[in-house]
Amino acid sequence: MHTKSLSELSTSLHNGDISSVELTQHYLDRIQAHNGQLNAYITVCDDTALEQARLADQQLHQKTAGKLTGIPLAHKDIFCTQGIRTSCGSKMLDNFIAPYNATVVEKINAAGMVTLGKTNMDEFAMGSSNETSFYGEVTNPWDSDCVPGGSSGGSAAAVAANLAPIATGTDTGGSIRQPASLCNLTGLKPTYGRISRFGMIAFASSLDQAGPMARSAEDAALLLNEMAGFDTRDSTSVERDVPDYTASLNDSIEGLKIGLPKEYFSEGLDPQVARTIEDAIKTYESLGATIKDITLPNTKLAVPTYYVVAPAECSSNLSRMDGVRFGYRCDAPKDLLDLYQRSRGEGFGDEVKRRIMTGTYALSAGYYDAYYLKAQQCRRLISDDFQQAFDDIDVIMGPTAPTTAFKLGDKTDDPVAMYLADIYTISTNLAGLPGMSIPAGFVDGLPVGLQIIGNYFDEARLLNVAHRYQQATDWHQQSPENFK
Amino acid sequence: MSLDKTDVEKIAHLARLAIDDQAIPDYARDLTNIFGLVEQLSAVDTSGITPMAHPLDANQRLRPDIVTESNQRELFQAIAPKTEAGVYLVPQVIE
Repeated sequence: MHTKSLSELSTSLHNGDISSVELTQHYLDRIQAHNGQLNAYITVCDDTALEQARLADQQLHQKTAGKLTGIPLAHKDIFCTQGIRTSCGSKMLDNFIAPYNATVVEKINAAGMVTLGKTNMDEFAMGSSNETSFYGEVTNPWDSDCVPGGSSGGSAAAVAANLAPIATGTDTGGSIRQPASLCNLTGLKPTYGRISRFGMIAFASSLDQAGPMARSAEDAALLLNEMAGFDTRDSTSVERDVPDYTASLNDSIEGLKIGLPKEYFSEGLDPQVARTIEDAIKTYESLGATIKDITLPNTKLAVPTYYVVAPAECSSNLSRMDGVRFGYRCDAPKDLLDLYQRSRGEGFGDEVKRRIMTGTYALSAGYYDAYYLKAQQCRRLISDDFQQAFDDIDVIMGPTAPTTAFKLGDKTDDPVAMYLADIYTISTNLAGLPGMSIPAGFVDGLPVGLQIIGNYFDEARLLNVAHRYQQATDWHQQSPENFK
Repeated sequence: MSLDKTDVEKIAHLARLAIDDQAIPDYARDLTNIFGLVEQLSAVDTSGITPMAHPLDANQRLRPDIVTESNQRELFQAIAPKTEAGVYLVPQVIE
């Protein structure tokens, strides 16, 4: 039951072969059995999930149900959920129960889906391995000595281990695509502004974007249909119609022009990962696509640019965590400054503090032009590279991550080495473009993700390109041995 | 560029972060490495390049100046560490 696609589950629910309560209970049982090992969920919503499932069953019974009614999912613990703790992976918000729902949660609830729980993540989404979470590391279902990637590592592990049929994630520098790559999932980061950020705890506001983490492009398209859309409560939400992302999944990709940036196949890329990606490109050629070598000359600027822009925005966004109105407050503060400093010093973990300090320094008097302004100019150069490339190609392809899943603890002592894990994903956030990672094979038993980048609002094409590949291959259908 | 103990203490103060004395050398090393990475940007010629603050170069949307939210003070203060009579309590600031 837990290896079925969303469409198959929907059919079973609508035909009455299974009830949403039974399906939900099945997943809750699996979470109970396996979460101890994986630590994929921070909060499991047994009671509310079954309550939502009962309502879904009524709608199914009354024939008022939609396509996804009664199907369970997991939310990354960055989305505010009314009445259910939203920790963002931090001690700072360990006691935070939002008084409202994120727009994404609201829309998914309205679609009749059932929330199984809130998934583990790097603290405030800052990390690429899920090791910075206050609630402990998540292990990769494919190898328990390895990281699942991050920051949406809990969502990735939950879906990969079949502890949820699908999950939400967020991506600021690769946080959907990199864990999708490391856990053999289909993950999509849409165009900036496609999905409302309201109620999604902000890390870097000009980069953050939510998206689906799924077992296939078809499943991702179904969830994106529910997540996308204009929202007056997010000032950067884009007022633009949402197409039915499933409608074009089967379109032919004959004549599709794929660009391969030489910078994505250079030094630092594991040779076996490179070979796996080259094989995937060959498959696309056999499906009728044409390949063109391209260059994105400013790629090397992406990581340094990101590590000015993202920390600068995070230092500002996280200033609201001050121990006054919500969240953690230190014991017996002697004055207001002590309350701020100790609440924040005790409430935030090391990586978050590093990034707040990086951003504070970059924005401090006398340094703004040298760092922040300079980074915004480099951001323009990176973005312009993409626009030039899209003049004569349809999509860009390359690896999602330079290696397969690395060992737990491997990079925790070296922040800069960890930052380079996102070297191929960060540029698309800086440019605001949509990007996807899809399963493309294995190296020594660990999954490899193929990244597909499209032009603005080209999500439908990305999903179509991914779906056609998934019709021709079965990498995405592989599940880890212990969680079948 | 190399950041020392005094720099780290100054930045931590600006960021209102209490950090342990024994952790300062680690932060100094890590921040030095991070800014070492960032340093690559200074070699790039960006003269005449318009800074990109927003991916879609969008303008802030305006809405009519009418009240759309209701007062939910009790709900919002239910999660506060300390409140009294509808206000947030912090340590005494003025003697």
